[in-house]
Amino acid sequence: MILPLTKDTIQVYREQDVVPFRGRVKEYAVKIKMGLVGQTKLITAASEIVRNMLKYANGGETTIEIVSRGRDNGIRLTFDDKGPGIADIPLAMKDGFSTGRSLGLGLPGTKRLVSEFDIKSEPGSGTTVTIIMWING
Amino acid sequence: MAHTLNNKKSEILELWMKNQLADSGLRDDLISNKDLRVQSEELVNALITNLNDNNINNSESPDFDKVTELLGGISISRARQGFSPRETGNFILTLKEALLEILRQEPSDVNVLFEESLKLSRLLDNFTILTFETFIKGREEVILRQTDEITDISTPVIKVWDGILAMPIIGTLDSARTQVVMENLLQKIVETGSSIAILDISGVPAVDSLVAQHLLKAVSATRLMGADCIISGIRPEIAQTIVHLGIDLSQIITKASLAGALQYAFKSLRLEVKRSALEVKGITNLQ
Ligand SMILES: Nc1ncnc2c1ncn2[C@@H]1O[C@H](COP(=O)(O)OP(=O)(O)OP(=O)(O)O)[C@@H](O)[C@H]1O
Ligand SMILES: [Mg+2]
Repeated sequence: MILPLTKDTIQVYREQDVVPFRGRVKEYAVKIKMGLVGQTKLITAASEIVRNMLKYANGGETTIEIVSRGRDNGIRLTFDDKGPGIADIPLAMKDGFSTGRSLGLGLPGTKRLVSEFDIKSEPGSGTTVTIIMWING
Repeated sequence: MAHTLNNKKSEILELWMKNQLADSGLRDDLISNKDLRVQSEELVNALITNLNDNNINNSESPDFDKVTELLGGISISRARQGFSPRETGNFILTLKEALLEILRQEPSDVNVLFEESLKLSRLLDNFTILTFETFIKGREEVILRQTDEITDISTPVIKVWDGILAMPIIGTLDSARTQVVMENLLQKIVETGSSIAILDISGVPAVDSLVAQHLLKAVSATRLMGADCIISGIRPEIAQTIVHLGIDLSQIITKASLAGALQYAFKSLRLEVKRSALEVKGITNLQ
């Protein structure tokens, strides 16, 4: 069972919100003594999803939680937007797929970077991405 | 009421000055009493002269353009000079107190006095809000200017050797930064006729797909100028992240450290760095 220990909500609606948001994620990762590689992977993953949120959904709300599962602690990040949603999730998760003339690595890459990855989307009403990075993988 | 206040302009100013000077938070280190008096007098004049019984309910009336302009200028300049919000707010709040005090000294019915005080308060409150808005805008300008300055100073291009340029990138590489970085680099390549550029990213906290894309662009642009581009300073944790993300940097020359990149550059320019012959022979004392 996953237990949330702390919860922090941050709105990200502008490009300028990205750096402070990443800073906050890092703070929490350092707080639970996550290793440097884990931290870097988590921050990079967070950066990908938050940028998608800005680019495709004009921003949204992020939640940073410290969660525990048995002896392991981790960081759970939730990204919730009210954008156009994603019609074909398996397609969006493919390496190289992009509607934004970009590398198309954000979603699939993020999944590879973190311990747990979940995406839910409803065309027309928005997208929610949840990722967890456990300290001990 | 407007008439009453108009007749008491000088008393209002005196009382207001007294209030301001008595304030323990007075910043006589930032503004001289003489300048403060000039500012205050101008504001009292602009306010009282233009105030009438109609526009008192409407702080946005064009009659108050002069007041708004004065307040705006004062707030902005105070924001730049380093006044705190409280100190700036106090400037106008002490004026309100002075005005109400003068009004109270007039013999009049309690209800009338209450009504008039209320109107005057509302008007001055609106001016206070305006003061804060402008004050914050002033601060934001300072921040924006600093951001620009930081972008400028944090992207130096260094000529490390004939034909070799190095550019240490520090901080987050967003689209705007990349533009500046790229322009500086390309221009320096032309100026110095360099054939190798080293982009060192030791100071970049994270490389996500956006940053990677920017780096790839910078590399292609350098190549178009006929120079080679090496990316150095890829820390182990960054290397792992890039691999997991799936970014393909195989077309780019990458090195773990700036020293490694320099070595590579020397080699490709057919330069050799050697210990001096004397030292090889074991003669280390050159005196
Ligand atoms: N929050 C979102 N709302 C709507 N569509 C999204 C959202 N996030 C991703 N998408 C869609 O999924 C596609 C794939 O996203 P992904 O992050 O993998 O690639 P990208 O953003 O196009 O490129 P990259 O992240 O590599 O720069 C996007 O092109 C976009 O069409
Ligand atoms: Mg993306």
